[in-house]
Amino acid sequence: MNSVLVFVEQRQGRIKQSSLEALSEGRRLAKKIGSTVSALVIGNQIDSLVNEISKFGPDFVILVQHNALANYSPDGYRDAFLEVVKQEQPKVILVAGTAMGKDIAPRIAAKIDAGLATDCLAIEITDDAIIATRPVFAGKVLQKLKITSSTKIATLKPNTFRTEEVSTKAPSIKKITPQIDPSKWRAVLRGIQEPEAKKQDVSEASVIVSGGRGMKGPEGYKILEDLATALGGTVGASRAAVDAGWRPHAEQVGQTGKIVSPNLYVACGISGAVQHQVGMANSKVIVAINKDPEAPIFKFADYGIVGDLFEVIPALTREVKKLYGKE
Amino acid sequence: MKIAVCIKQVPDTSVRVKIAPDGKSIDAAGVEHVINPYDEYALEEAVRLKEQVAGSEITLVSLVPDKAQQIVLKALAIGADKAVHIKADNVPNDSLAVAKVLAEELKLGSYDMIFFGKKAVDYDNHQVGAIVAEILNLPCITGCTHYEYSGGKITAYREIEGGVEVYEVVPPVVFTQEKGPHEVRYPQLRELMAARKKPIATKQPNFSAPIMQTVELSYPPPRPAGKIVGKGVEAVPELVRLLREEAKVI
Ligand SMILES: Cc1cc2nc3c(=O)[nH]c(=O)nc-3n(C[C@H](O)[C@H](O)[C@H](O)COP(=O)(O)OP(=O)(O)OC[C@H]3O[C@@H](n4cnc5c(N)ncnc54)[C@H](O)[C@@H]3O)c2cc1C
Repeated sequence: MNSVLVFVEQRQGRIKQSSLEALSEGRRLAKKIGSTVSALVIGNQIDSLVNEISKFGPDFVILVQHNALANYSPDGYRDAFLEVVKQEQPKVILVAGTAMGKDIAPRIAAKIDAGLATDCLAIEITDDAIIATRPVFAGKVLQKLKITSSTKIATLKPNTFRTEEVSTKAPSIKKITPQIDPSKWRAVLRGIQEPEAKKQDVSEASVIVSGGRGMKGPEGYKILEDLATALGGTVGASRAAVDAGWRPHAEQVGQTGKIVSPNLYVACGISGAVQHQVGMANSKVIVAINKDPEAPIFKFADYGIVGDLFEVIPALTREVKKLYGKE
Repeated sequence: MKIAVCIKQVPDTSVRVKIAPDGKSIDAAGVEHVINPYDEYALEEAVRLKEQVAGSEITLVSLVPDKAQQIVLKALAIGADKAVHIKADNVPNDSLAVAKVLAEELKLGSYDMIFFGKKAVDYDNHQVGAIVAEILNLPCITGCTHYEYSGGKITAYREIEGGVEVYEVVPPVVFTQEKGPHEVRYPQLRELMAARKKPIATKQPNFSAPIMQTVELSYPPPRPAGKIVGKGVEAVPELVRLLREEAKVI
């Protein structure tokens, strides 16, 4: 009745890192109110995930399995999730703020009349409420949002909450075959398109090398890819580069792209417009390379180099490789 | 096809937002408002579908203050046919309460398709469209970039981490819109003039008791001022040293 329920997302049998962050936070909240935390996993043939999940100290692991749930289905996952919510009557539900999490959380909120705080950076819990701290106006302002519905739901911003492995007793496992009827599902997943070269998503990367209009064209990104590879990161882009058709929208960082929080963000040929800034200002360290010393990006970058990126980037890649002993 | 597009206004994204003296709201003085960019992308997709399916009609549903009528007019000029303006000067910051009001209105229209932006870039709540769909018991695909329509079915493309989910759905359906491949058309003067003649029905909302409220707004701590390491290629070794020894990120 009083428990914390954490939705642990898996795709193709791989657990999302941000779900483990949510589970760790769920455990901390449960401790504060002297309650239990349950990890809910939905999918098919996912028994083997219990080991990894157990490291993060849930009291219960609830496995909901059905062969129609192998892939995400908005209707199917909602129904399976709701079935567990009705049984468990949790006080708080935590969900990682991923594409799947952002899709499912409001559906559950609607069905049980619960308040939902999205993209949370911190959560305080009291007997009858949660107060979530979350970025609003694209991070220009922080909001403390109080939710007083009997169940409270929060999606957590990835890369924000600490994961914490604990050695407690093994969790109890509950296995559920949900009462779902796939013939009633209306939005039908026909497939998942993946780019030929698999690439880490900017929203999940710990290093991002981003290029803007200063890249001059799609070919320019080759040197950014080299640097990203050397740093073990991924490539991002400004909207100017995306709108020019040089890079896909999935890579856009900013107000109408992704809000990212890597350890290192290298902005190359990006002026630093406020709509870009709000997408990357949460990076731990920002490096800017721009030939214009007056570019606004230098006002909020931690380290800047004024210069031609077509010279600086390859030199930087060489230096990084040297450091990592790859040359 | 009967299409509804829900739109709202947000402060111009290039401006600074100022917290009001009450510490719980935004100072509205002097703030320019624009159509929420995601709602505009949704409207563009709706107009494209309308152009494809003869006899389609787009209705805007907008729960915004009286003075936000200019954004309704702009959306009419972009290509909607009529509007329902639900007037509220103080829309509660409670997505569930907002969704209930919109669902109540949308129920009346028996729409084949209802579009929302995936989120509004003011409070970034990211939930109203999906909640409305669940209240109305309609299928819903969130965060779609674009659509294909053929033979009464819609294929919707939804970005996920590292890929795209492709959904097929038969109307009635709710979509929430991500930024997609299509730029929003810019209304011409002629269209802006014509928009003034399009019908706008006005209504009053009835909000349910709130279960969410803002208790405090604050500014995030500013980033400490950075430093220019140097100029050109010569600065690279020093940058790498700083990233390694000072920032400890590589
Ligand atoms: C509603 C709305 C939403 C928006 N959302 C986003 C968003 O999500 N993300 C986003 O990024 N933008 C967004 N924008 C656009 C934003 O306002 C800027 O237009 C955009 O970020 C500019 O991209 P840029 O920095 O790549 O290009 P520019 O501003 O043109 O800057 C290019 C920079 O490259 C430098 N440069 C050029 N050549 C070189 C070289 N050889 N070596 C080094 N430096 C060089 C120049 O000095 C310049 O500073 C949005 C705008 C609006 C109105």
